[in-house]
Amino acid sequence: MNQTVEFRNRPKIIGSYSIVGPKEGAGPFGSYFDYVMKNDLFGEKTYELAERKMFEQAVTGAIESAGLTASQINLMLAGDLLNQIISSSFTARDFSLPYLGIFGACSTMAETLAVGAMMVNGGHFGNILCATGSHFSTAERQFRFPLELGNQRVPTSQWTVTAAGASVLSLEGKGPEITMATFGKVVDFGIVDVNNMGAAMAPAAAETIFTHFNETGRKPTDYDLIVTGDLGKLGAEILVDLLEDKGIKLGPNYSDCGHSYFTREQDTMCGGSGCGASASVLNGYIIKKLKKRELKRVLFVPTGALMSTTASQQGESIPGISHAIVIEAGGK
Amino acid sequence: MKQEKRNEAYNRYVEARIPKTKAWPSLFNSFWVGGLICVIGQGIDMLILYLFPYMSQQTAWAWTLVVLIFLASFLTGIGVYDKIGKFAGGGSIVPITGFSNSISSPAIEFKHEGIIYGTCVKMFTIAGPVIVVGVVSSIVVGIIYWIVGLF
Repeated sequence: MNQTVEFRNRPKIIGSYSIVGPKEGAGPFGSYFDYVMKNDLFGEKTYELAERKMFEQAVTGAIESAGLTASQINLMLAGDLLNQIISSSFTARDFSLPYLGIFGACSTMAETLAVGAMMVNGGHFGNILCATGSHFSTAERQFRFPLELGNQRVPTSQWTVTAAGASVLSLEGKGPEITMATFGKVVDFGIVDVNNMGAAMAPAAAETIFTHFNETGRKPTDYDLIVTGDLGKLGAEILVDLLEDKGIKLGPNYSDCGHSYFTREQDTMCGGSGCGASASVLNGYIIKKLKKRELKRVLFVPTGALMSTTASQQGESIPGISHAIVIEAGGK
Repeated sequence: MKQEKRNEAYNRYVEARIPKTKAWPSLFNSFWVGGLICVIGQGIDMLILYLFPYMSQQTAWAWTLVVLIFLASFLTGIGVYDKIGKFAGGGSIVPITGFSNSISSPAIEFKHEGIIYGTCVKMFTIAGPVIVVGVVSSIVVGIIYWIVGLF
């Protein structure tokens, strides 16, 4: 196996927490999230501060749900979408935790969990905290237009979700187990349209999923759920096509967090996006289902678009990345 | 080379899959909202002339623009203009109210970065190109006008 790592000591997700904004809370996953904010500002003066407060609450919540205190966390792995990943770093500062900042755009949740699982599995750290989040209003102002500008969204666009999620990894304690990780390559099929992230990232997801099945000898039916992060409606359809070309047929057990994040009436075009989309669905929905053993084995494959506004304005195409982790209900 | 071909093929494939905007409903909404904004402008103009009968038409037009710009900024500030824009598209972008919205929305958005580096710097990020195109094209038209006048 080249890109896939197996964790023989089976690191467990012993704590998890998800927090979302009001619009996200009104979506189909609403009742699964641990906390729904009453408004997007979350009692802060700016949206950046609101994002950080959300991040901090996710971190606190995950540590509490693991039955630990912040001083028992040996390392924090986190990333977000803002320039120089300020939400993550500033949170690590406030909790005074040893910290590695990780940038994988919207694939960050899988990246932090995969790296964290290796460190825990190897016995280097006892408890590792993995976290990420995104905020609609901070992403809009950094990547797109002012909130109050009267423009129309194109049909391929997606809605950056206001959400954060955090997990605590450890060999001690109870919880779903991370058994494998497949690290993805940076894949670029030449999409330049920043309003079509799904199409830009789908080839990366296809590459990682193909490699995963190839190297492990598994097939899609070996999983109860195969879930991508924020490909959205169009991206998810493209992924199914791309994998079919490679001889892999995704069935009804395939789903995309972003595509399922909002209802049709919420009018988000192709669905949700952002680090928070996959992070909150994983920590809010998937982990709870794994704990109840309603899901037994999940392939979690969020994707990220590794672009910047500068690169896009200079006409560069959008490279995508995707990492896969296998989470199993464990026990019994 | 092989990669370029692959990318071209992929872009063609994606292009074919992209959901298309429904042109006619958007054009219709754009048309009637844009028209309505113009009617409101005309109404304001007539009201000004009615209230101030000795005002010249030129001055009344200037005041009409001031009122429209104020109204659009106000609606931007209370979070209404973006909803109109979402519905009407070009219909609310093209009139002067859209121009007003494109300046006031970044001004509000970036006030947290301070008056100078936030509001003042970012105020023209969207309207800037419009102003530049306006000035440059008026220069070009001016030159043509001058050349035509020579004969």
